[in-house]
Amino acid sequence: MNSKNSKWIIIGVIVLFVFLSFSWFKNTYNTMVTMEEATTATWSQVENVYQRRADLIPNLVNTVKGYASHEQETLEGVIEARSKATSVTIDPTNLDANSMQQFQAAQDGLSSALSRLMVVVERYPDLKANQNFLDLQAQLEGTENRITVERRKFNETVQAYNAFIRLFPKNILANMAGFEKKAYFQAAAEAQKAPEVNF
Amino acid sequence: MKKYIFTGLVVLFAFLNATQANDIFLKPQEKQLVIDNAKVFSQSEVEALKQKLHQFSNETSTQVLIYTTNDLLGYDVADFAQRLGEGWGVGQKGFDNGIVIVFKPKDETPGRITLQTGYGIEPVIPDITANRIIDNEMIPEFKKGNIYQGIDKAVDVCIALTKGEFTADGYKEQTASGDSIAGFIIVLIIFLFTFISAFGRAKKNKHYTAGSKSNLPLWAALFLLGGSSGRSSGWSNFSGGSGSFGGGGSSFGGFGGGSFGGGGASGSW
Repeated sequence: MNSKNSKWIIIGVIVLFVFLSFSWFKNTYNTMVTMEEATTATWSQVENVYQRRADLIPNLVNTVKGYASHEQETLEGVIEARSKATSVTIDPTNLDANSMQQFQAAQDGLSSALSRLMVVVERYPDLKANQNFLDLQAQLEGTENRITVERRKFNETVQAYNAFIRLFPKNILANMAGFEKKAYFQAAAEAQKAPEVNF
Repeated sequence: MKKYIFTGLVVLFAFLNATQANDIFLKPQEKQLVIDNAKVFSQSEVEALKQKLHQFSNETSTQVLIYTTNDLLGYDVADFAQRLGEGWGVGQKGFDNGIVIVFKPKDETPGRITLQTGYGIEPVIPDITANRIIDNEMIPEFKKGNIYQGIDKAVDVCIALTKGEFTADGYKEQTASGDSIAGFIIVLIIFLFTFISAFGRAKKNKHYTAGSKSNLPLWAALFLLGGSSGRSSGWSNFSGGSGSFGGGGSSFGGFGGGSFGGGGASGSW
């Protein structure tokens, strides 16, 4: 009687243990998947806002060209930087530090080409009074703000994910299931502040 | 020994200050849509704005937060407003139909103003339009020292745009040409169109989706039609375009968890 009881207790404990560990595995794994998906989603937002900036540039270049045709070199610099920036894309499921760095370098190149253009523009008061240019400037400023915001949101998501998968004991499961640490999007020192487009 | 205690206190104080600086974005200072920390409005002006914005929030769920401050805590004004909107959750979750207006009065440094739009507002008030609201409605008044008038005018435009009384394109047309009659006709045509289509679709009970302009007037219209029979009289004169306010204080239910992506515009004077 007594030994029968203890047998059941042992079986019960094993079942409970298996069930608990199963639900822990399941919950942790699913949370990791959700968090990884979130980093992918926020990354595509980052790419969206950069694309938005790239889309503004042809219009901007054309408007500036109408008033400042002498600035061929600066304008070509912007166009070149834009094509470089749009050619670098990252597979959002593989956000490693290396590809991130390439992407950043290309976008930073465009940022500095744009700020050079904005300095040049300063010399053309007619252009600065042009409504079309003012509109473009407002859009560009909004887009730079969007870039800052989406970059911050991405980094926050990555931080939450990285912290989650690296904490013990979840790191064991993360290792087994192949969840890897993701890279942050670090702004270059000069690009920390959005290029000044206020006149 | 004394020196150590002093240094410790300074460090502690700096630490407390630093956390405080970020704390303001974490949770709403008050459950109000008008927060006048810089004391640029009179009591009656605050009440008038509150009345207008709380009622608008109740009717359409679109929330416009007005926040004045003397200290932007070292943030750029647009960044400050975005963090405020995101942290407090101005607008409704899912719709992201919030607007944050942050005002810093001119002192030794230039005055700063920003109008930040939630994700759901971006298609209705694009950056260009936000910029024009600032350049045409706000800054001219601010330069004259009429802070309330500038803010109030901008609020009216925001309400009109998000309500679908006229679309953002109509407003752009109006300010670009400066011809109010032509603008009015365009507005009227657009208005009639949206009104008719809203009525046509009202039966299907479609839901609002961000990115489509024509759906916004629908729920605004639905809210308005529904609201007229309810406790608040609201903008009852719907077809005329100019409404009158019902009496009684309207309460504000709280922020809804809207999200902001940095859209909008800023200006200084």
